[in-house]
Amino acid sequence: MSKVIEQPRYSCALGAQQTVVAIKRAVPVLHSGPGCCNKITSLIGQGESYAGGSTIPCTNSNERDVVFGGVEKLRSVVNGALQVVDADLYVILTGCTASIVGDDIDSVAQEFRDAGKPVVCAETGGFKTNNYRSHEVVVNSVIDQYVDAHRAEGGVQKRLVNVFATVPYQDPYWNGNLAEIKRVLEGIGLKVNILFGQESEGLPEWKTIPNAEFNIVASSWVGLGIAKHLKQKYGTPYFHFPYLPVGGVETSRFLRQTAEFAGLDKNRVEAFIDSEEKKFYSFLERMADFLLEFRYGLPRRFYSILDASYAIGFAKYLVNELGVVPARQFIVDDTPEEFRGEIRGEFAHLTERRSVSVEFETDGGIIQQRIRQDENKTRALILGSGWDRDLAKDLNADLLILGVPVEYRLILNCGYAGYRGGLRVIEDIYDRVLDTYR
Amino acid sequence: MSSVNLKSPEVVIREIRLGSITGFQGNAENLVKKSHSGTLEDAPRSFSQCTGCSSGQAFCQLCMIPDAAVINHAPIGCMGDANGFNFVYRVGQMERRLPASSGRYFSSNIGESDTIFGGTETLRNAIQTVFERVYPHAIFVTTSCASGITGDDVESVTNEMTEKLKIPVVACFCEGFKSKIWTTGFDSAYHAIVRGIVKPPKQKTNRVNIINFWGSHIFDSLLHRLGYEPQYVVAFSTIGELEHISEAAASIQVCQTLGTYLGAALEQVYGVPEIKTSPGYGIAGTDEWLRELGTVLDRRDEVEKIIAEGHERVLPELVKWRERFKGKTAFVTAGAAHGHALIAVLRELGFEVKGAAIFHHDPVYDNGCAQADMLARDVKDYGDIQNFNVCNKQAFELVNLLRRTKPDIFIARHGGMTVWGAKLGIPTLLIGDEQLSFGYDGILRYAERIAETLDNTEFVTNLAKHSTMPYTKWWLEQDPYAFLGGDMIVESY
Repeated sequence: MSKVIEQPRYSCALGAQQTVVAIKRAVPVLHSGPGCCNKITSLIGQGESYAGGSTIPCTNSNERDVVFGGVEKLRSVVNGALQVVDADLYVILTGCTASIVGDDIDSVAQEFRDAGKPVVCAETGGFKTNNYRSHEVVVNSVIDQYVDAHRAEGGVQKRLVNVFATVPYQDPYWNGNLAEIKRVLEGIGLKVNILFGQESEGLPEWKTIPNAEFNIVASSWVGLGIAKHLKQKYGTPYFHFPYLPVGGVETSRFLRQTAEFAGLDKNRVEAFIDSEEKKFYSFLERMADFLLEFRYGLPRRFYSILDASYAIGFAKYLVNELGVVPARQFIVDDTPEEFRGEIRGEFAHLTERRSVSVEFETDGGIIQQRIRQDENKTRALILGSGWDRDLAKDLNADLLILGVPVEYRLILNCGYAGYRGGLRVIEDIYDRVLDTYR
Repeated sequence: MSSVNLKSPEVVIREIRLGSITGFQGNAENLVKKSHSGTLEDAPRSFSQCTGCSSGQAFCQLCMIPDAAVINHAPIGCMGDANGFNFVYRVGQMERRLPASSGRYFSSNIGESDTIFGGTETLRNAIQTVFERVYPHAIFVTTSCASGITGDDVESVTNEMTEKLKIPVVACFCEGFKSKIWTTGFDSAYHAIVRGIVKPPKQKTNRVNIINFWGSHIFDSLLHRLGYEPQYVVAFSTIGELEHISEAAASIQVCQTLGTYLGAALEQVYGVPEIKTSPGYGIAGTDEWLRELGTVLDRRDEVEKIIAEGHERVLPELVKWRERFKGKTAFVTAGAAHGHALIAVLRELGFEVKGAAIFHHDPVYDNGCAQADMLARDVKDYGDIQNFNVCNKQAFELVNLLRRTKPDIFIARHGGMTVWGAKLGIPTLLIGDEQLSFGYDGILRYAERIAETLDNTEFVTNLAKHSTMPYTKWWLEQDPYAFLGGDMIVESY
C-alpha cells in the first residue's frame, strides 16, 4: 500500500513553526536540519513577518550532532537567540534529526526557564505527524511551559473567551479570518483572546488563557486537542462549532449557538445579528439580479479540495446563499479517523434536502485524476490551491485558491470567515469568473 | 586526484572534496591567498539562523527535466519547496513558449513507523505507484535526514526497481545534515545524472553544454556564430538529451558554484572539455573567457573579432555609466561564484564594493584549475575588497554589516535577504536571472537595472520609516562577527 503524496497541501510536524511566528513577538528556535525552515516557509509562509523566515534561529544539525547529539549546540544557539533576537518568547522545536537522535530538549528549555528566560520547547520531528496536529502540540506546550507560570491574576473572568479557529499560515487567510471572528464575537458581548495575528495583544493575552470563562473551537477538528487540554488543566468548558462560519446563515448560527452556550443577553445578541444581517443581505440582494441574469455562463457546481473546516463552511455557504451546488468534495487535511464520522455527517445533511458524500484523500494527483474523470458538462468552480491551476484550465473551470500553496495570490488581511468574509467570497469568485470574458 | 568517483553512490561533500567553508571574515585578497595555499580554515558560529540544505538544491536541478519524475523519500514537510520550484518551472515554460504543465513531484511520506522499521518498503511502493501514474522516462529518488539517519538502503531499492521497471530509477543522496554547504546538493544531483542517465559517447557532436539554472538563452547567437549548438542543461533537457551530453564539444559554466561537479565529471569521465577559466563577467573577465572558449572550440580568429566588436559596442557606453555611478557604493550578498561575478560587474561599472556576505567559499573547484577562481580574478582585475564575509545566509550578521557600511545599493541574489536592505532604507535589487550580467552586453543590461533601482528610493525610505527590527539594540552595536569563531561556547556552525 503506497502512501505517496503528489502536490503536498500541508507540511510536517515542524510546520508548526508558523504557529509560533503568528504569535506577536514570539520566535521559533529550530533544532533541526539546515533546510527545514526554508521548505516550510516556501509552502506555508508567504511573507516573513516579524521574526520568521530568514530570521529564525536554527542549530542547522550536521553529521556530528546526529552522531554525538546536539544538545550543547542547541544550548549555544538558544543563548545566542536570547541575545540577538528581540522577542518575548522563544520556542524550541525539533526536526527529524534531533527527534530521531533523541536529544533531551526538555532539560535545555528547563535550564533556561530556571534562569528566568522565556524558553519553551515541543517535539515536532517532521516524521511524527503533520502541522495540523502539531499546531495543537505547540500551543499546548506554550500553555504548559509559559502561560501556566505567568498566568494573570484573578480567577475566571466572565465573558472572556479563547478562540481556536484556524491554523495560522496553513490557513492562508488566517489573519483575516481571526479578525472577523473576533469582531463578531465582540459584537455579541464577549471579550476575545484571539491569540494569533494582528488583532491579538500577543503574550499578555496568552497569559489570560486560564482566566477564560470558556473556550471556542471554530474548526472541524484542529483545536479540539487544545480545548480538551484546557478543560483538563483549568476546568474551562468549551464550545465546538465544527467548521468555518462563512456568510449570513452560518455566522448567525455560530453566534446564536455561542450565545446560548454562554448564556448571553438574547436581546443584545439578536440586535447585533440583525444589524449585521441587514448589511450582509442588502449586498446579497443587490447582486441577486446579476446571479440570475448573467447569460454567458457562471459556475453552477463546485469541487472542493480543502481542509475539513473550509470544505464544510464553503459548501454550506455556496449551496444555501449562492445557489452553487456541490460536485465531488475532497478533504485533504489527513483528518484523523475519529473525526471523519462527524464531517461525513455535516455533508450528509448539508441542507435539509441535500446530502453529499465526501472523500478523504491527501494525494493531489489522485484527486485530480478523479475530477478529470467526471462528465464535466457545465461550468465548474474549483476551491483548491495553486496546484490546481492546470486542472481548472483544462476543465474551463474557475479556480478560487483557498488552500496552500497559494502561489498565485498575495494575501494580506483578506479573510473569508463571517459576514464580511462571505461578501468577499462573492467578490472573489465572480471577479475570477468575469475576468474570463474578453 | 580526481574528485569524481562514479562507483560510489554518494558524492563526497564539498567540505571534504574541495575544502569549502561557510565562515570567514576579512578581506578578499587574504581569502584568495589562504585558498590557494591550502591554509583555509572554516570558522564556526556559536549562534546561527536557518540556512538551506542539500536536498533543496538537488531537487532544484532534478525537478525541471520534463520527462522525469522525482520522489522525495522523506516526511511530507521536505517537499515544501516543490510548489516554489514548480512555479519557476512554469515561468520557464512561458519564456520558452512551451505548453503549461506541472512537474511530477512526489513524497514517499514516511512516518514514525518507517523511522523505526525502515522505509524501504514504503519507497518501493512509492516508485511503483509513480511509475504507473506517470510513465516517466526516469525516476529520481532524493533522500532526507530521516531516511539517512534511519539508514534506508535506497541504492538497493533503486537498483532493484531499475531492473523491474526498465527505466533508470536513480538514487540521489542529499541528506540535509550531511553537509553544511547546501550547494553540495547540486553535486548530488549531477552525480546521480552522470551515474544514472548519461551514456558513454558514441560520436562527438557540435553541441556545447551550458551548465546553468534556467536562465535566458544568451549563448545562442555566440555559439551559432562559432558553428556550435547550445545544449542548456539540466533544466528543460529531456532524459534523452541528457543521455548524450557526453558527446558535446565542450561544457560552459555560468557559475562554478553550480556546475563544478558536472563540468569536471563530464571532462574526467567522458573527455568533454570544460571551459575552466572563470565565467565571462566584467570586460577583462569576458575577454579571457572568450579566448579560452575560442581555444577549446578551435575558433580563435572569430573570437578575436567578437572581442573587438564587443569592446567597440560596449566600452563607449560603459564610460557613460561609470560617470553616472561615480562615487557610489554597493554591498553584495549571493552564492559564491556568482557573488564574485556580481562584484566584478559592479566594479566594472565604477562602484566601490564596500563589503560582501557570500554564502560559502570553495577554495578550488573540481577541475583543480586556479584560473577558475572568480574571486582571484576580481582581486587581480579590480583590487582588494574589504569586509569580505563568508556567511551562509546569516541575516543577523548581514543587518549588522549593512548598518555599518551604509551602501548606496544592496544587491542580493537569493530570497530572504533583500528585506534587510529595504528595511534600512537602502535601495535593494534582486536579480533572478544569473545570465543577465554575463558578457559585454550583460554589463550594460545590469547597469540599467541598477540605475532603475538607485532612482527608486521612495519605497525603501517609506518602508524604513515604518519597519520593525527583530534584532536587539545590543546586537546591532556588537562587532558583526561576534559569534564567528573565537571564544565560542561550542562549535555550532
